[in-house]
Amino acid sequence: MSPLGYPCTWLKISGVNKLVIRLKKRGTPYGVKVPESKLSEGSPIEPAPLPEKVIIPLQQNIGAPCQALVKRGDRVLTGQKIGDSEKFVSAPVHATLSGEVTGTTVVVNPPTGALVEALVITSDGEDKWVELEAPKKPEALSVKEILERIREAGLVGLGGAAFPTHVKLSPPKDKKIDTVILNGCECEPYVTSDHRLMLEQGERVLSGLNIIKKVLSPEAVYVAIEDNKEDAIDHMEGLIASLGFEDFKIVPLKSKYPMGAEKTLIDMILGREVPIGGLPLDVGVVVHNVSTAKAIHDAIIDGKPLIERVVTVTGAVATPKNLLTRFGTSLRNLIEYCGGMDGKANKVILGGPMMGIAQFDLDFPVVKGTNSVLVTEGTPIREQDCISCGKCIEICPMRLMPTVLARYAKAGRYDECKEAYIDDCFECGACSYTCPANIPIVQYIKVAKKELAKRAASK
Amino acid sequence: MTQEGSQGLTQEGSQEAIHDRGFLISPGPHLWKGLSVSKIMYLVVLALLFPAGAGVYFFGYNALSVMGVSVGTAILTEYLCKRLRGQAFVMDGSAVVTGLLLALILPPTVSLWMVAIGSIFAIAIVKEAFGGLGHNIFNPALGGRAFMSVSFSMEMTTWVLPMGFGADAITSATPLSGTSVWQPFDPSVYQAMFLGNIGGCIGETSALLIIIGGVFLIARGIINWRIPAVYIGTVVLMALGLGEDPLFHILAGGLMLGAFFMATDYVTSPLTNRGKIIFSVALGVLTVLIRRFGGMPEGVCYSILFMNAITPLIDRYTKVRPYGLVKRAEGAG
Repeated sequence: MSPLGYPCTWLKISGVNKLVIRLKKRGTPYGVKVPESKLSEGSPIEPAPLPEKVIIPLQQNIGAPCQALVKRGDRVLTGQKIGDSEKFVSAPVHATLSGEVTGTTVVVNPPTGALVEALVITSDGEDKWVELEAPKKPEALSVKEILERIREAGLVGLGGAAFPTHVKLSPPKDKKIDTVILNGCECEPYVTSDHRLMLEQGERVLSGLNIIKKVLSPEAVYVAIEDNKEDAIDHMEGLIASLGFEDFKIVPLKSKYPMGAEKTLIDMILGREVPIGGLPLDVGVVVHNVSTAKAIHDAIIDGKPLIERVVTVTGAVATPKNLLTRFGTSLRNLIEYCGGMDGKANKVILGGPMMGIAQFDLDFPVVKGTNSVLVTEGTPIREQDCISCGKCIEICPMRLMPTVLARYAKAGRYDECKEAYIDDCFECGACSYTCPANIPIVQYIKVAKKELAKRAASK
Repeated sequence: MTQEGSQGLTQEGSQEAIHDRGFLISPGPHLWKGLSVSKIMYLVVLALLFPAGAGVYFFGYNALSVMGVSVGTAILTEYLCKRLRGQAFVMDGSAVVTGLLLALILPPTVSLWMVAIGSIFAIAIVKEAFGGLGHNIFNPALGGRAFMSVSFSMEMTTWVLPMGFGADAITSATPLSGTSVWQPFDPSVYQAMFLGNIGGCIGETSALLIIIGGVFLIARGIINWRIPAVYIGTVVLMALGLGEDPLFHILAGGLMLGAFFMATDYVTSPLTNRGKIIFSVALGVLTVLIRRFGGMPEGVCYSILFMNAITPLIDRYTKVRPYGLVKRAEGAG
């Protein structure tokens, strides 16, 4: 932290968008102020103990599920590819322990609710790795080779959406990418995994970003960080200077939920709006999460596949921690390692409190999209009728009319939902958070979207 | 999660739930701001205590008993309606708001049985018959007041000068009634009107205390400042346009109370800011027109009721422009 504090950061920023950013930063009327509750902010990343067994779902990305490459009884090594798909929009999965494939099971895929097949690997206690690809400097690799390595390493967006990274880095030829944004906002309350990663492994994050830059060759590269992480802003700024990445510009943003949402970020930093139903690349932008950038560094420079990530275990546990966790480790293992749940806690959430999904079973494994395990105490909500206060409309970051969408969805009028631009909603939940009548607005919207998708599929 | 554990949460699953410790499953977000409907209602009641206090100060026991009967009847009516409809009665404070608001827009000398009938009408007909809180088209208190105006026109237009506790009531005219040509008043009259030392409805006399209550609600983010600001602003412009005294228009009658506490009613006002501005401009125009050219002095009451009826139409034509809409149109075109 510079002695003069925050304004110093501002003075250091250069670039044409400075004024725009500054005005925008002050003036965003959308979104909600949420209590941050970053309990584990000061806990350095530590490795979680290796579990005796891991459960590896064969679908850990938003695209196609993988086919198992191993069968029951096979011996596998840490980092060995155990599932892959022919499809372009997919990412392989790897063994996260060495040992034996002892069976298959079925797990609920948290965001979709669909059932997916999973492999169970029982550890031999040795954690023996496969032979890794030779470490290489990115300069020595062509763009095609980089993309191939990223795919083989099983990389997906680690911010939560789990979109295969190599796909995001392969924009169609007619879409020129002029801006890359590295997303270090972490606007979800409680979650601190990206924050710690920037503080402790910032150089890997920036090196990953540099690889992204090489692949996409954009004109501008921004690093967006919320102003509740001043230490990270300062640290990353120092690293950028010392590592010679002068063209990376740090953009401090006001802490407000959902600042870290792609569409919000693009609007904040560039004043561009992603078309409804479109992708950031439609406006020439690609946004990557800091954890993904770090994983890109690991995949290219170290040749390591994606088998672990930092997971914040927080809330009503004895000691909230940031744990470097192998995928497939059960929530139970993590919570026990953090000293167990408090007596009154009755809710376990995968992800943050705003967009996370409540779990019913502690045997559920950490997957690629899991940035946090939050233990809380919840009470069942009682929905009242809408009193038309309009607060959800005032705060909706997509400037939708959430209560109107919920009303249509509740009445089964899904076509009208579509006419009211339901596709624009990215389900941040700010509306439900604000609603005085406790209407689970975003849940109604999710139901309507699912129904619309079903209809579209049956056509 | 393991096969024996995966259960009824998936649509296909039918097995018995094996929850580790009865985990609560609910949709996100798992945080809530905590500003509930009843909290909002009680904050409104708190704000209404300012004009209500002025009413008690100026009109004494009469004001107190009208408020007591109005609020009590409103709560009881809501309870009975909910029972009749087989719904759970929730003391969410909305009946208190309606009862109190109704009392504040009644003359202090009105008979208590009339107050009870007005209150029953407001809750049973204007609110519950339409489906209860959130579904009513008209502001219940104003509906009740309009019903009383029609039914008891004599009593509803008998005004007394402030007499505090104990003194006898002296009948007088409210500044707005009867005067078709308005003369400029001397400053002491404005001062009396601002502080509330004039004849009129229980809660409408003191502009000062209404503003205090209203500003409190704006500061707490309960009501949208646009409605009172635009409404009152339009009345000023209209009055100037018609060559009348704008200050008189603001301070006289129910404008202040209506602008801060009734036009801002969530349920019966438009959803979007643009809608709210259109709504408020129309209110201001109608209020002055009714006052100037209408047969009755109740410009505020009827203009708000009229605009309540128009609100769904305004909502229909004042949708907000979603993020990313224009860009797509350009891309498609």
